[in-house]
Amino acid sequence: MHPVAESLHRRFPEVVTGSREALGDLTVYLRENGALEVFQALHDDPEFRYDYIVDVTSVDYPMDTDRFEVVYIFYSLSRRHRIMVKIRIPESHPVVDSIVSIWKGAEFMEREVYDMMGIQFRGHPDLRRILMPDDYDEGYPLRKDFPLVGKGWRDEFSFVPKYHENLPPLPKEAH
Amino acid sequence: MESLEKEKIEAEASGTATVRREITLSTLRQAVLNGLDSSIKTEQFLLNMGPQHPSTHGVLRVLLDLDGERIKKAVPDLGYLHRGTEKIAEYRTYNQIIPLTDRLDYVSAMANNYAFVRAVEKLLQLKVPERAEYIRTIVAEMQRIVNHLFWLGTQALDIGAMSVFFYTFREREVLLDLFEKICGARLTTNYYRVGGVESDLTREVIDALYHFVDTFEPHIKEYNTLLETNRIWLARTKHIAVITGEDAVNFGLSGPTLRGSGVDYDLRKYEPYAAYDQIEWDVPVGQNGDIYDRYWIRVEEMRQSASMIRQCLDKLPEGPFMTEDHKVSFPPKGRVMHNMETLIHHFLLVVEGFRTPPGDTYCGTETPKGELGFYIVSDGSGKPYRMKIRAPSFISMGAFDHMSRGYMIADIVTIFGTYDIVMGECDR
Repeated sequence: MHPVAESLHRRFPEVVTGSREALGDLTVYLRENGALEVFQALHDDPEFRYDYIVDVTSVDYPMDTDRFEVVYIFYSLSRRHRIMVKIRIPESHPVVDSIVSIWKGAEFMEREVYDMMGIQFRGHPDLRRILMPDDYDEGYPLRKDFPLVGKGWRDEFSFVPKYHENLPPLPKEAH
Repeated sequence: MESLEKEKIEAEASGTATVRREITLSTLRQAVLNGLDSSIKTEQFLLNMGPQHPSTHGVLRVLLDLDGERIKKAVPDLGYLHRGTEKIAEYRTYNQIIPLTDRLDYVSAMANNYAFVRAVEKLLQLKVPERAEYIRTIVAEMQRIVNHLFWLGTQALDIGAMSVFFYTFREREVLLDLFEKICGARLTTNYYRVGGVESDLTREVIDALYHFVDTFEPHIKEYNTLLETNRIWLARTKHIAVITGEDAVNFGLSGPTLRGSGVDYDLRKYEPYAAYDQIEWDVPVGQNGDIYDRYWIRVEEMRQSASMIRQCLDKLPEGPFMTEDHKVSFPPKGRVMHNMETLIHHFLLVVEGFRTPPGDTYCGTETPKGELGFYIVSDGSGKPYRMKIRAPSFISMGAFDHMSRGYMIADIVTIFGTYDIVMGECDR
């Protein structure tokens, strides 16, 4: 096991649920409850020192019980090591703690996750939509149940066939 | 004479002039004593800048909260160029996504292509032929020069130094013509392929590149003489938009914006890829973290890039420029036309695309604007299950409020410029 994962397992046995090394990347899986402490340790402790925030993003697995996966990617400039941290959360309560107090750069990244996937961040200073219009109420575009075509203002036209609906019967030919 | 004396006497008698001055002074004194709150009325002033503004490099809107001319708070409003690239990518094969990446940062399309194919190659654990790695390095560094020339011209133009623009675009044109010879397009290049590049460098291109890098240094000196002696330009770039190294790291800034603050984070050195560990070059690092230092870094990077191109051209090995692994690359056209199995194989590669093993990976590449990363989740099919683009421009905008507080409205234009922001990449 990677030394970072081992140390995290030892120090946070209730929060860290697993780890994986694949394609040269280390991934650590956390529980939502108590994750903020782990993040604080990842940033502050000299043995981790993941001071550079690379990205916060999310993936949608609609068939799973814990539907959403929030993915954090950090980099340690002094140790030249990258880590991915993943948290699974259910659709019924899609909330995780915000890490803006630790990495300021997370503010826009978390706003984008909220905008695209509808995941809420507890303690975020300004959780609004960022790329979509503020008054957009069609849902969250990067969820898997949001279709690529056929949703939006085009729906208002009666002659446009609806996505997922049966096409209207073709008019019978005159002869 | 008589009338003047008469007026003077009248004024003295009424005492209007002196009385008026006394009132003014006492009001001011009172104002200072009361801490400027009772007598001078202040109010919050909100200014909307953009989205249609020539210096915002696209469609960026910023709401400014002002105290006089000073910025108290700046709130960027993004999304005017949001095209849903990440969503579209979920419905396309990997080869079909490469042209989409051109449209992200249309000023450095080659670099985007490279970042994407590198992420897919990491997912496939694919080895790229050596000649292809060298060609990729050369073209990526050409793109870096193109991007920095474009940045230098427009940044100076934003502040009012117009002439630099014409000089930088002269050299940019030379390189864009070379791009056209290499891949047929000047801006939306679509040149990199998973497993190599689309076409080989011809003798003509190599000779032209040698000529370009040999004559480039005097041109850089030329730009410097236009700017370094321009007192207005210097006054507007030095000590503006200062950010400390610690803050820049905390915000996740990358590229010249981060290195201007003294952090030497460059993925080409930290995690060497392509031919970057086989050639000699340095990472320029600034000290003050202001606009001037970031300018200096970009100019220095152009010098380094020219040197890298020359070294790579000298070392350019012979061999294939595309991987021979036909799970990924198309079979030779001659065989497709005569062999049934090859034709089927070609057909499947076009229609379904090559398959990637299930899993996920993040791969960051040092593009001219910073770390452009692709996070790809694969479910084993020919299309990505999820693709996240880590766009350096978007993350720079996260630090915009922090970096612009306390500066004047007129500085906003230079602060936009210093990130080298392109809204196509920011909004995706």
